[in-house]
Amino acid sequence: MDWTRILTNVAGEIIAPTTAAYALAAIGLNVHFGLTGLLNFGQAGFMLLGAYGFAISTIAGYPIWVALLIAIACAVIFALILGIPTLKLRGDYLAIVTIAAAEIVRIVGRSTAMTGLTGASSGLRGNSYKESFQALSPFPDGTTDVGPLSYSNNASNSWWIRIVGWALVALACLLVWRLMNSPWGRVLKGIREDEDAVRSLGKNVYAYKMQSLVLGGVIGAVAGIVYVLPRAVQPDSMGRPMTFFVWTILLLGGAATVFGPVLGSMIFWAALMLIKTVMRSAVPPDIMRTEQIEQFGWIVVGVTLMLLVIFRPQGMLGDKKELAINVR
Amino acid sequence: MSADRTAAEAPVAAHAGASTPTTHGATALGGPTRAQELQARFAAVDPVPGVPKPDPIVVADNVTRHFGGMTAVDVGHLEVERGAITALIGPNGAGKTTLFNLLTGFDKPSTGTWTFEGRSLSGTPAAKVARTGMVRTFQLTKALSRMTVIENMRLGAAAQPGENLGAALIPGLWRSREREITAQAEELLARFKLDTKRDDFAGSLSGGQRKLLEMARALMSEPTMVMLDEPMAGVNPALTQSLLGHIQALRDEGTTVLFVEHDMHMVRHISDWVVVMAEGRIVAEGPPRSVMSDQAVIDAYLGAHHDTDLGDDSLLTDDVTPLEGKP
Repeated sequence: MDWTRILTNVAGEIIAPTTAAYALAAIGLNVHFGLTGLLNFGQAGFMLLGAYGFAISTIAGYPIWVALLIAIACAVIFALILGIPTLKLRGDYLAIVTIAAAEIVRIVGRSTAMTGLTGASSGLRGNSYKESFQALSPFPDGTTDVGPLSYSNNASNSWWIRIVGWALVALACLLVWRLMNSPWGRVLKGIREDEDAVRSLGKNVYAYKMQSLVLGGVIGAVAGIVYVLPRAVQPDSMGRPMTFFVWTILLLGGAATVFGPVLGSMIFWAALMLIKTVMRSAVPPDIMRTEQIEQFGWIVVGVTLMLLVIFRPQGMLGDKKELAINVR
Repeated sequence: MSADRTAAEAPVAAHAGASTPTTHGATALGGPTRAQELQARFAAVDPVPGVPKPDPIVVADNVTRHFGGMTAVDVGHLEVERGAITALIGPNGAGKTTLFNLLTGFDKPSTGTWTFEGRSLSGTPAAKVARTGMVRTFQLTKALSRMTVIENMRLGAAAQPGENLGAALIPGLWRSREREITAQAEELLARFKLDTKRDDFAGSLSGGQRKLLEMARALMSEPTMVMLDEPMAGVNPALTQSLLGHIQALRDEGTTVLFVEHDMHMVRHISDWVVVMAEGRIVAEGPPRSVMSDQAVIDAYLGAHHDTDLGDDSLLTDDVTPLEGKP
């Protein structure tokens, strides 16, 4: 077995743009669920909207900053549409509405009626919207090797997107840390524990929940942009499975912690890569074919999530003491 | 808790002197106590349902709440006196908690209007009601379990600019207010004997301590009126005594208290005025001693055993409840 290659693959996965994108999406979900207790099962919808907003406006010729603002605006509007009818109701309703709304975004995006705008089910090719992002890179063209890892400087799956992606993750962590330890974050935690109690103390719970939904959704939209920059906008690759991977990552790392989503994303993708590469070289193809190994990897992820929720529900970074109290 | 004749004559005064912390005992020394003042003030009030009070803080008119075909609350007129402790009693299902929910904006009435300090509060959302100075607690305690005791307390405070999303990002804008809030919280915690629990999770507190915490938290915003829904439910007798003291201390500092309670002993000892509800209506009102002998109250609530339940203080202050020893 070629361990050098396997470990290189795993190390590459840890810093991959996809890992950064999922970390960002999980940070957004952490604002919803970890801080406020909102059950958002449509994070992929926010990501897809962000990706569409960015890609479509870039293709239409807008500069990158405008495209970014449009992506954020899409997430804000989506959050408002979801939140206005549901945030006054019990938490379960938000869960139902978000999962349905994310599907609506995907299905509308892939419908043939939208071919001119979204490219329907074949999506938008990466090269049609990557230009303005790659043009911002300060690096010369070419390829750079760092240890065993070798990526192009600017093109597609590049060092540039890695640097920007992880910088955004760091920024989001800083933001969440600041907010979590502020009186604003305290009100959100209070809402997570008991909405009525917070209401009885004179806080406008609805407004806080809305702010949380919008903020987490915007972070999700930015995650969507990072996710599609090294590839294409494919509506079907950003459906329900994506939402549940984000949930797995959040629970793996630890909800209501600052670095939980980041650690969770790194471990999730690294472990998946490790399982797949080890099995590919260890299991003969007549027992399990490559695509079966791919499927098997996801089965292991599912089982891991179950074990995690049963035996370590606070995640890797969560506070056991905090969880022991939860009686609900 | 003393059961001698003095206590029976002036239960509130005796109690205030005995169990409130020294800082609040000052009002009990020299001149008539607050309780006696109120007793004199209420002496002129006719003990009939819906009677006008000399200085009402809450005035409610025609408040009804229907659940389907059932009428949970049907209150024609109710006034709550400022600065007094008013007890709301009645059998299970009388609509006490529903009335609480309506007044505090946690439920919407089918009909009716009410004012608080002269301002109409009907249709006002709960959070806004709380901000006008009417703060409530819940029958089932709502301690925020996975937050520490001090964080629970800080959450109760008003006017923290850092609770605004934009300002939260700049600690300079809210640090000084946070220090004030923390100092106030620590003072209240000390008063409620919770200071040793400061950094524990609220979920690790006992049921009685949670009741104390909820009450202390409600006081963080310095409300003009507190509404306590069964503050004594599930609280052990030793703690009951200190809770009683706190409620009286609040009244002595000028806060209006309205509370729902089933414990007649407590109602008799600390309330200045009692409102009795049955089947959604107010069936009687009056000072605690006389209202208990009202025929409507006996019929609706106290029943045949009211003598056993309420008549004799010595029964209730004994360590063992001697129910079987009585006729």
